[in-house]
Amino acid sequence: MSDKETSTAIELLTFQLADQEYSLDIMSVREIRGWTKTTPLPHAPSYMKGVINLRGTVLPVMDLSERLGLKPQEHTDRNVIIVVNHDDVMTGLLVDAVSDIIALTADDLQPPPEMQANTSVNVVSAITLIDERMIRVLDLSSIVLSVQNNAA
Amino acid sequence: MSESNDPMAEIRASFFIECEELLEALQDGLQALDDGDEDPETINVVFRAVHSIKGGAGAFGLEALVRFAHRFETVLDEVRAGRMSPESDARKIFFQCADHLSDLVRISRDDGDLPKDETAKLLASLDGLLGETGAAEEEVEEEEIDFQPAALSFDLDLGDEEDGSPDVPDLPPLDDLPTPSDVGFTIRFKPDNDLFETGNEPFHMLRTLDELGECSVTCHLDELPDFDTLVPEQSYLSWTIELKTDVDEAEISAAFEFVEGLCTLSIEKNDASGNAQEPDVPDQSVTEAEAEDQPKDVDAALEIPPLAPVDEPVKDVQPEPEVASQPDGAAKPKASPPKAPSQAAAAKSVVRVDLDRIERLVNLVGELVINQAMLSQSLESSGLSPHSDAMNGLEEFQRLTRDIQDSVMMIRAQPVKSLFQRMSRIVREASSAVGKDVRLNTEGESTEVDKTVIERLADPLTHMIRNAVDHGLESSEDRVAAGKSEQGQVNLTAAHRSGRVVIEVSDDGGGINRPKVLQIAIDKGLVPADASLSDTEIDNLLFLPGFSTASVVSDLSGRGVGMDVVRTSIQALGGRISIASTPGAGTTFSISLPLTLAVLDGMVVQVADETLVLPLNVVIETLTLTNDDVEMVRPGANVVRVRSGFVPLFDLGKELGYRDPIEDYQGSVVLLIAHEDGSRAALIIDSIQDQRQVVIKGLDDSFYRAPGIAAATILGDGQIALILDTSDIISNAIGAGGTAASQPSTGLTA
Repeated sequence: MSDKETSTAIELLTFQLADQEYSLDIMSVREIRGWTKTTPLPHAPSYMKGVINLRGTVLPVMDLSERLGLKPQEHTDRNVIIVVNHDDVMTGLLVDAVSDIIALTADDLQPPPEMQANTSVNVVSAITLIDERMIRVLDLSSIVLSVQNNAA
Repeated sequence: MSESNDPMAEIRASFFIECEELLEALQDGLQALDDGDEDPETINVVFRAVHSIKGGAGAFGLEALVRFAHRFETVLDEVRAGRMSPESDARKIFFQCADHLSDLVRISRDDGDLPKDETAKLLASLDGLLGETGAAEEEVEEEEIDFQPAALSFDLDLGDEEDGSPDVPDLPPLDDLPTPSDVGFTIRFKPDNDLFETGNEPFHMLRTLDELGECSVTCHLDELPDFDTLVPEQSYLSWTIELKTDVDEAEISAAFEFVEGLCTLSIEKNDASGNAQEPDVPDQSVTEAEAEDQPKDVDAALEIPPLAPVDEPVKDVQPEPEVASQPDGAAKPKASPPKAPSQAAAAKSVVRVDLDRIERLVNLVGELVINQAMLSQSLESSGLSPHSDAMNGLEEFQRLTRDIQDSVMMIRAQPVKSLFQRMSRIVREASSAVGKDVRLNTEGESTEVDKTVIERLADPLTHMIRNAVDHGLESSEDRVAAGKSEQGQVNLTAAHRSGRVVIEVSDDGGGINRPKVLQIAIDKGLVPADASLSDTEIDNLLFLPGFSTASVVSDLSGRGVGMDVVRTSIQALGGRISIASTPGAGTTFSISLPLTLAVLDGMVVQVADETLVLPLNVVIETLTLTNDDVEMVRPGANVVRVRSGFVPLFDLGKELGYRDPIEDYQGSVVLLIAHEDGSRAALIIDSIQDQRQVVIKGLDDSFYRAPGIAAATILGDGQIALILDTSDIISNAIGAGGTAASQPSTGLTA
């Protein structure tokens, strides 16, 4: 169980990645933008799509599918960039499509089952069931921060 | 006091800002003393700085600070009075005291815990100094208690008293008995209204007279009306001055030279030596009344009150040694604290601005530059005649934007002096920690650099200085054995060089022990055992992560911060660092930094459909290649012939991983670039687009650093272009950087 949840209500932004449903705490989402051409970074890991101009600041954008190790998706017009803020660092996450905003309480969240050989950081902090669909709640810090650590 | 809207809090905050300035002056003065400056004014400056800190601290009830400053001041006073000569031991203690004083100021500001032991230790050393001259300590302690309220009443009251108080120390001597040999004059002086309107000030004339001889001044207040009927522009006061002097009448009237025709003046010679016509007895009280009156008058005439305090401290401090020979010297602290702060305020006309506001301005100007670029792009593409009004106006607009940008950047620029002063403290602490005698020489302290750069330079520079003291310099015995002077030298210099700032840290130590460095690198597995490296390559091993040459990890260095961290932080500032070392003669580290972190003159180029920006100052030439120009040295390594020399050729598109290397060089555009270290290279690009100022947008805090990329900028079309770090690209292309560049894509499993 993730530590930040209490029994208070939380809202999740759900989106699609490689035909699966994922979600993020809506409090960390700053805005959602349409796909624009990125400026690629040399020698960057392949999931780093590059940078875009977000009203005067440079916003790095990563392909979340590739970041999670899913198979890379073809980019279409429906692709959007979710701009998230973690520890005052803004990052753009490229996802296939945004689905919905769901409200639930922390009690509805279940910890992800222990999996074997799960040595790497656990990017899914919880799972929940909505209308018989499993929705994975992503842990933003492990997605964003380990990039910075890799880079150092 | 802790409430944010408390006016005291504000005054308190400005006191601490003032303290910073005073501490800087203190450091300067001590340094000058250390350099053998014997100007009495130098010690006065030092004394005044400590004194002002004490005065302010008293106002805020900062007991510990007051006590320490007071004792420090007492010793300095001995020096000032010439009863103690600042030997090198004493100077060392003074430096420590200055450091400790700045610690205390900082701790008092942050309400931290006071380092009592340290204070006690230094007080003991100060007492030790005093002991030699045998000054009485106890009485001074008493006086200190007396003194506090005096400082308090002043510091909170920034009103007119300030102008009045200078008279107090000046006037008492007037009561002295007249010397019979002097000739007496009676001067009657009544200013007209015009005198004040033209910005003159009777006080200065009275003081001039005071310098000519002994004088007693009587102010006539008879004409002064009730406050209700007082006309501020009207002059009501007049003075009678009894002057006993050996100068003649002409010299006296010279004192009134500037107010001729603006006053009623009569100068009479008295036959009887010193027999005043006016009664002498009430002099003192009347004079003080006059002193209080003065400001009223001054204000009335819209005079300039700061004038009086400006030269006051100098005047005031000089006569003091005589007074100070009395052990209690009670008059001194009461008299001087009022002036020093006002002097600090009047010395330079500065405005303190919240850094956030400047940041905002810088950002806005950045946006303006981008906007202007967008505008000119769209006007150009609209097919307007270059001679149309719109295009002319745009040109003007461009020029203005550039001017604004330069001015804004100038606001942020600061001299590196404050940074260097911190380093002199580091040297003192470091040298005493390792028991070496070290002297820090600084040069180019007035070199101005962007504030952010200065702030972020402090840590790496501290580390380098410590390294120089700890590892760079040999021990005193070794130095003597090597025929050098016992005292090690560390030099810290700053200079502007071709649009960059170059900061050098050098020592006259033994230089880098290259065999040892190589051995350590091999032992740690940083380089293969059979590697044969050039001297420069060995020197650069110091920058490798996990490298530490100190066989004994001393308290000083080896805190887990290596030279690799230094290099990383310098690079994060867009700078570069290099080493030069001569065995037996010393090591020099050079840091080259951009002047500002905000704008750059760039060359906009196109490579593999991507737009990139190169710093214009590295591009020295552009060429169009023919196949004949390119020679192959070995497969994959080509050079291009430029006149008589050969320059290594790199394909920028390939180095950045944007495309496969091109085969046919015919017609390729090449940029010839040169770096400060003298290295040159030719970069193949697709085309040159433009040459313009770009606003630097940092990448560092948002995510990872791409090799070869210094920063990014936003072009006129709103797209982001990367700004290249050419030296990084080339060193990556040449050396082992190739491995660092090919980072595997690290995917995570959900």
